[in-house]
Amino acid sequence: MRRVAPLAVVAGLLALLVALCALSLVAGRVWIPLDRLGEAGDPRWAIITSLRVPRTLLALAVGAALGLSGAVLQGYTRNPLADPGVLGVSSMASLGAVLTLYFNLTAPGATAAFAMAGAATGVLILLGLTGSAGGAITFLLAGVVLNVIAEAGLSLALMLSPNPWAASEIVTWLLGSLSDRSFTDVWTAAPFIALGGMALLLVGRDLDALTLGETGARSLGVSLRRTQGLIAAGVGLACGASVAVSGVIGFVGLIVPHLMRALVGGRPSSLLVPSALAGAALLLAADILVRLIPAASEVRLGVAMAVLGGPFFLWRLISIRRRFA
Amino acid sequence: MRTVSDASAAGLVLEAQGLVVRFGGRAVLDGVKLAFAPGAVTAVLGPNGAGKSTLLSCLAGLRRPRLGEARLGGRAIGALPAKERAQLVGYLPQNPEIAWSVDVRTFAGLGRTARVGAFGPSEADRLAVERALDVTQLAALADRDVTTLSGGERARAHIARVLAGEPRWLIADEPLTGLDPSHQLDAADLMRGFARAGGGVVVTLHDLAFAARFADRVVMLVEGRVIADGPPAEALAPEVLARAYAIDARWTSGLAGPLLDVVARR
Repeated sequence: MRRVAPLAVVAGLLALLVALCALSLVAGRVWIPLDRLGEAGDPRWAIITSLRVPRTLLALAVGAALGLSGAVLQGYTRNPLADPGVLGVSSMASLGAVLTLYFNLTAPGATAAFAMAGAATGVLILLGLTGSAGGAITFLLAGVVLNVIAEAGLSLALMLSPNPWAASEIVTWLLGSLSDRSFTDVWTAAPFIALGGMALLLVGRDLDALTLGETGARSLGVSLRRTQGLIAAGVGLACGASVAVSGVIGFVGLIVPHLMRALVGGRPSSLLVPSALAGAALLLAADILVRLIPAASEVRLGVAMAVLGGPFFLWRLISIRRRFA
Repeated sequence: MRTVSDASAAGLVLEAQGLVVRFGGRAVLDGVKLAFAPGAVTAVLGPNGAGKSTLLSCLAGLRRPRLGEARLGGRAIGALPAKERAQLVGYLPQNPEIAWSVDVRTFAGLGRTARVGAFGPSEADRLAVERALDVTQLAALADRDVTTLSGGERARAHIARVLAGEPRWLIADEPLTGLDPSHQLDAADLMRGFARAGGGVVVTLHDLAFAARFADRVVMLVEGRVIADGPPAEALAPEVLARAYAIDARWTSGLAGPLLDVVARR
C-alpha cells in the first residue's frame, strides 16, 4: 500500500515543470533556440517576453487551479468523476463571463468578476442541491442540471447576441485557449487563483475525514459548513478566474487527481499539492503541443483537452461501473 | 486497555432529557429520558424502526432533537464546540462508509482528527493509533489497503479508528452486525474493556441473547419510547419481549449464559 512518498512526487513534478517552462519559451510557430539568441536588440526577445512568458505563466496558473479544484471536488464528493467541468462549475463561470461579452461590459475586470461570481454560484447551487446528505450520484446529477442551465443561458446569449461580431467572439472564447494572452491577463487571473488555491489547501484535513462519509466527518468534529464555504470560495475564485482568461478547458481536474492517486495513494489531503503541480504540467504540455501541431489555425487548447479527456472520462466510467457491478 | 484513565472519566454522565424527534409527522423519539454513567456497557434494543439509531445520533451530538436535549457532563452536547465534542465522544455509524483506498494505519489515524495539531500528528497521536491497532489485532495489517480487508477486519478497523481518538464515550450503531461469532466476541470484549477502563459505552444490537450476556444494562425502545430499562434479566423479561417484538420467548440457561428460546409467534 505504501506508494511513492508525496515529497518525491512533488520534487519530480517541480523538475518536470522547470523543463516544460524552458520548452514553452522556445517552442511555437517560431522556434527560438535560446543559445543562439542575440543581444538585447534581437526581435525574437519580444516574442518571448510579451507572448510566451505570459502564456506560460497562465498555463501554469490555470492548470494548477483546475487540477487542485478537481482534487478538492473529488475529495468532497468522494467521487473520482467529479471535476469543475463535469459538475458544471466551468459552464457557470463561462455563462458569467459571456454575459459581460453579451452586454458589452468593458470595465476592467468585469469578465473575471462575473466569471468568478458564476463559478461560486455554481458551487453553491451544487452544495445546495445535494444538501448535507448528498451522495456521489446526487452530485453528478446536480452537475448535469447545472450544465444544462448554463448551456441554455449560453445558447440564449448567442442567439440573442446583438451583432455577429459578439457571437463569433463568444464562440471562439468558449473553445478555450491561451494564445495571444498578455501580462494583463496574468495579473487579472493569478492573484485570484492564488487566493482561491490557498482556501482550497485549507480543506485537506476535512477531506480526509470525509473518507468516513458526512456523518463520520461530523462525528470527528469537522464543520461541514466551513468546508463547504472554503470550497465554494476557493473553487469559485480559482476556476472563475481561470475561465475568465482562458475560456473553458475541461478534464484537467478529472485526469490529474486520478493520475496522482496512483502515485501517492487515495488520501485526499496528500493529493492536493501534487494535483496542482500536475495540473500545471499537463496544461502547459498540452499548450506546447497545440502550438506545434501543424494546422492552418492553432488547435484550441480546450478542444485538445476535450479530445484527450473524453476517452479518459469514458474509460473511468467503464472501470467504475465494473467495480460496482 | 489504557485509552481512558479512570479518574478522568468519572462523572462525565451522558443524558437524554426528554428527546423528541419527528420525521414527517411521525414521532421517532417520543420523550426519551435516560442517563448513562461511564464504566458500563448499555445495549439499546428494540424492533426495526424503534428509533435506536436516531437516539444514538442525538446522544453523539450529530442530530438536534425537536424537543429536549442530550447532555454530556451536565452541558448540552449541541452547545459543545464540535472539536471538543469529537474528543469526548467517539461515534460509529451503522454501515460506515470508506470512500478511498487508504492504508489501515492512515484510516485509524482519522480518529485523531479532532486532536491532531496544526503541524501534523505528534508522537502521542502516533502512539494512540498504534495502541488502537494493537488492541484490535490489526497491527499486522497496518499497511494493507483498508478497502481490501474482509468484513470482519474492516469492522475492527472502524473500531480501531474510534479508539484511536481516545474518547470518553463510545457510541456504536450495530457494531456487531456482519461479524462472525468469534469476531463478535472479540468486538464485545473490546467494548467491555473500554467500559472497565472507565469509559462509557452505548451500543445498539439486534441479537437479544448476545445482549443478555454482554451488556450491563439494556434499554428497550419501542416506537420511540423506553418500555424497559435495567439489567438484562429485567429488561429482557418475556413480558417485555412480548410487548416489544410480539413474540413468545423463554430464557433457558446455556453453557456461557442465558439463551433465548423463541417459542411461538403471537
